[in-house]
Amino acid sequence: MKNLQKEPVPTISAKEKPDRKMIEIIGLKKGFNNQEVLKDISLQLFSGENLVVLGKSGSGKSVLIQCIIRLLVPDAGSIEVLGKDVNSLNRNELDELRKKIGFLFQSGALYDSMTVKQNLEFPLRRIRKHLTEQEIKEKVNEVLENVGLADALDKMPSQLSGGMRKRISLARTIVIDPSIMLYDEPTTGLDPVTSDEISALINEVQKKYKTSSIIITHDIECAKATADRIMMLQDGEVYLEGKINDFENSTDPIIKSFFK
Amino acid sequence: MKNLHPVIKIKSFATGKSVKISEKTLEKTQMATEFFSDIGNMAIFIKEIVKETFSRDFEFKEFLRQCYEIGNKSLPLIAITGAIMGVVLTIQSRPALEDFGAVTMLPGMVAVSIIREIGPVITALILAGKIGSGMGAELGSMKVSEQIDAMEVSATNPMRYLVVTRVLAATFMVPILVLFADGLGLFGSWVGVNIKGDVSIVLFLSQAFSSVEFIDFFPALVKSFFFGSVIGIVGCYKGYNAGRGTESVGVAANSAVVLSSLLVIVVDLIAVQITDMIL
Repeated sequence: MKNLQKEPVPTISAKEKPDRKMIEIIGLKKGFNNQEVLKDISLQLFSGENLVVLGKSGSGKSVLIQCIIRLLVPDAGSIEVLGKDVNSLNRNELDELRKKIGFLFQSGALYDSMTVKQNLEFPLRRIRKHLTEQEIKEKVNEVLENVGLADALDKMPSQLSGGMRKRISLARTIVIDPSIMLYDEPTTGLDPVTSDEISALINEVQKKYKTSSIIITHDIECAKATADRIMMLQDGEVYLEGKINDFENSTDPIIKSFFK
Repeated sequence: MKNLHPVIKIKSFATGKSVKISEKTLEKTQMATEFFSDIGNMAIFIKEIVKETFSRDFEFKEFLRQCYEIGNKSLPLIAITGAIMGVVLTIQSRPALEDFGAVTMLPGMVAVSIIREIGPVITALILAGKIGSGMGAELGSMKVSEQIDAMEVSATNPMRYLVVTRVLAATFMVPILVLFADGLGLFGSWVGVNIKGDVSIVLFLSQAFSSVEFIDFFPALVKSFFFGSVIGIVGCYKGYNAGRGTESVGVAANSAVVLSSLLVIVVDLIAVQITDMIL
């Protein structure tokens, strides 16, 4: 087997980093049935940036963001989100933190038994309890217009195409005005045109809602379109971290296989 | 003698040493472990349900929606089954009573049978099939398609929103449906009596209720609540703990029906024993 020479991990200069750390992960480990999926992962997400976590299937990308929002409990390591240690929070504290985080699922995860309108109202009614009916209606219409699907209000999820489901799912996550967005494979299963539209939407969400995002993907075009910074995972470890240029100019065969 | 089952080496938890064990024995041990861990997990699940039932943010609107889903949508099935149950029971019982010249006792006998035992048990078994499988499949499907996770990250407790509402709705709706089935069963019985006779509904009901006492009615109603709880808990448990693949949905629905039907019979056995001891 060919011995691959790993390049030194380029880092962003302190000047380029906005000050506030939104997420800080140190020494994260997670395994399933004696198989280590994440081996000592450390990362930081700064205010207002889009961090793309790149890697082939099975490299532990989705496990990483599921640990961030505590859908999975890590075996070791610390995860701080907005200055709070995720693993030491009780249920109420965790719910309070989750109200500030939007999570776009790979499958969209729209509630099948609800219309698009009810899907969007669901988190809004629970998280923004002070809103009046009129304000809820306005907010729902606003996010639907932002994702370009204002006419889908009364449709059921089963009546939507894959791209529309992703857009509605994105609308459902931004309806609560999150500070942090976690995207799990946002363009998987979509055609190139729709993928580009979703990538453009991710950038729009970043600008309009001032979000800081982690985007999990293996889609290079999506990574190029959305990344302020890229981190590549390989076999559960950080393989390379840097700007898009660092990856495009790399001579490392593994990285080249992604960026060819 | 040659060992028919392949032998493998595993590490003993007790001594840390390698021990030889046949694959068959290992398989049985794993099945037993799964069985007991399933019981333990269900106990934890029930504890969570009890805890969330008394939480401040009870999902009353969803509870009412589930009552409608379980109650109203089961009415036609329960009505048809209840009426047929009454007709069949009457037609089958008539020859035996005729042999003893006790046909006049037919309404009373059928009423006691339906109210005490057949109404609650048959209704619960039908509902185990209808709502138990529905809950298993719906929650299983929600698990597979990450909808439960989506609820979790929306700061909504899925246990409170999905499970508690369904379990309570089943607990309250099953006794109501049992009463409905009892009523339709008696109506069916009146139809059955009139196939070979001419008895007015007033006379039929007065004969039927002259044999029924509070002691026949009350334990049956109480055990119906337990039937409802069992159906709700098992359906939700199987769906909520479904695996990640699509086949898990079918497995969850199927095992929900099998286990809840079995537990309805077990609860009935226990209820009969307790009633017998007390009364």
